[in-house]
Amino acid sequence: MREIEAARITDTVKRLCIQANVILPEDVKNCIIKRKSEENWAPAREILDRIEENFELAAAENVPICQDTGVACVFLEIGQEVHIAGGDITQAVNEGVRQGYAEGYLRKSVVRDPLDRVNTGDNTPAMIYYDIVPGDKIKITVAPKGFGSENMSQIKMLRPSDGIEGVKAFVLKAVEEAGPNPCPPIIVGVGIGGTFDKAALLAKKALLRETGTPSADPLYAKLEEELLEKINALGIGPQGFGGKTTALAVAVEHYPTHIAGLPVAVNINCHVARHKTEVI
Amino acid sequence: MRKKLNVPFTPEEARTLHAGESVLLSGVIYTARDAAHKRLCELLAEGKDLPFDIKNATIYYVGPTPAREGRAIGSAGPTTSYRMDAYSPALIAAGETGMIGKGKRSPEVIEAMKNYGAVYFGAIGGAGALLSHCIKKAEIVAYEDLGAEALRRLEVENLPVTVVIDCNGNNLYEQGRKAYLESVSETHEI
Repeated sequence: MREIEAARITDTVKRLCIQANVILPEDVKNCIIKRKSEENWAPAREILDRIEENFELAAAENVPICQDTGVACVFLEIGQEVHIAGGDITQAVNEGVRQGYAEGYLRKSVVRDPLDRVNTGDNTPAMIYYDIVPGDKIKITVAPKGFGSENMSQIKMLRPSDGIEGVKAFVLKAVEEAGPNPCPPIIVGVGIGGTFDKAALLAKKALLRETGTPSADPLYAKLEEELLEKINALGIGPQGFGGKTTALAVAVEHYPTHIAGLPVAVNINCHVARHKTEVI
Repeated sequence: MRKKLNVPFTPEEARTLHAGESVLLSGVIYTARDAAHKRLCELLAEGKDLPFDIKNATIYYVGPTPAREGRAIGSAGPTTSYRMDAYSPALIAAGETGMIGKGKRSPEVIEAMKNYGAVYFGAIGGAGALLSHCIKKAEIVAYEDLGAEALRRLEVENLPVTVVIDCNGNNLYEQGRKAYLESVSETHEI
């Protein structure tokens, strides 16, 4: 049994919250630059220039890339040979978020109750997901999620007879309805299968995949490619002002499901697709 | 070519702007998101004074990150505007001439813009670090309890925005997309 102090989890989460909000991951940067080179519509290219200028400026000046520094989505893969000592793991994660959002000058965007809407003042609680995996390490990913794009996400319980065409139609409908609202160019995370809740989590996890890396399953890699092409034929463009670059990437995750169902969830992320991982 | 415009501006000046135009705004604007809009509309409904002069004012839909030492403001890009749709018609009727945000607006808001002479600008969503450089001074005017959502008075210099919906209801989200799609189909025909 390897022992890991809860305080170390706090420190790691704190650091990841700050870094994720200030430095855009290389894979996302590279994808924006690549899509810009493929964009022929001048007004769209100009917006992509400004977006590139913005993420460079944020890193250089240690300022958040976007003012919506999000709700902190924290994913922990905990090795089953790890013993967490010296504290409650959930409290340790939330303490890391509290410290990170204070010390990093990040916005506190969480309300304590969805109806009374009083701000908690420290951006807690985080949305925390635990997976128990083999090994003696803990992998921690912090993905701050802005709500301009989160609000444009959709889920639908399709019929098995709707098949792959039904899936495509639903994803395209979600992107079309979102239009300019989620700050395009977007990254589209799709979860197919499982249950109602599982599909939504798969869609969120799809957003954590390295941008532009296709699914390991050829059928789903082909689906991602086709969806990206169809989305970028809609003409919505960066900021919705027209152009090819509506989406930077589409990532699809799938899971076994019930004989009677075909759940599909579409989780949309803006171009400020933040995620940062550390293994302790 | 970017047009320069001083804020506040009158409905007559608003009517000179056209969807698709790039504009650099300089002067004084106010920030408010849904929570502050709700309070402003409650004051209007009760016939009370607002905490700032709404006549000819421009409201920027933004909740900035906290400012670091020596800076006027933190990251400060636009939030999605449709959440303000329930409140904007009343504020436009009270004298608001400019709104800065991102994303679609409701038919009711557009109708009020046409009737009273108000314009809807888009700022680049997700470019908060860049936009913060155009904000020279920020101070809280009201609703400090709302934190990031407090009502602030901003002094801006050459804040880059695009006219998304003008006083005639012309809409860049429709026009820009149509123009792009037409350019693509023409390329295909050749």
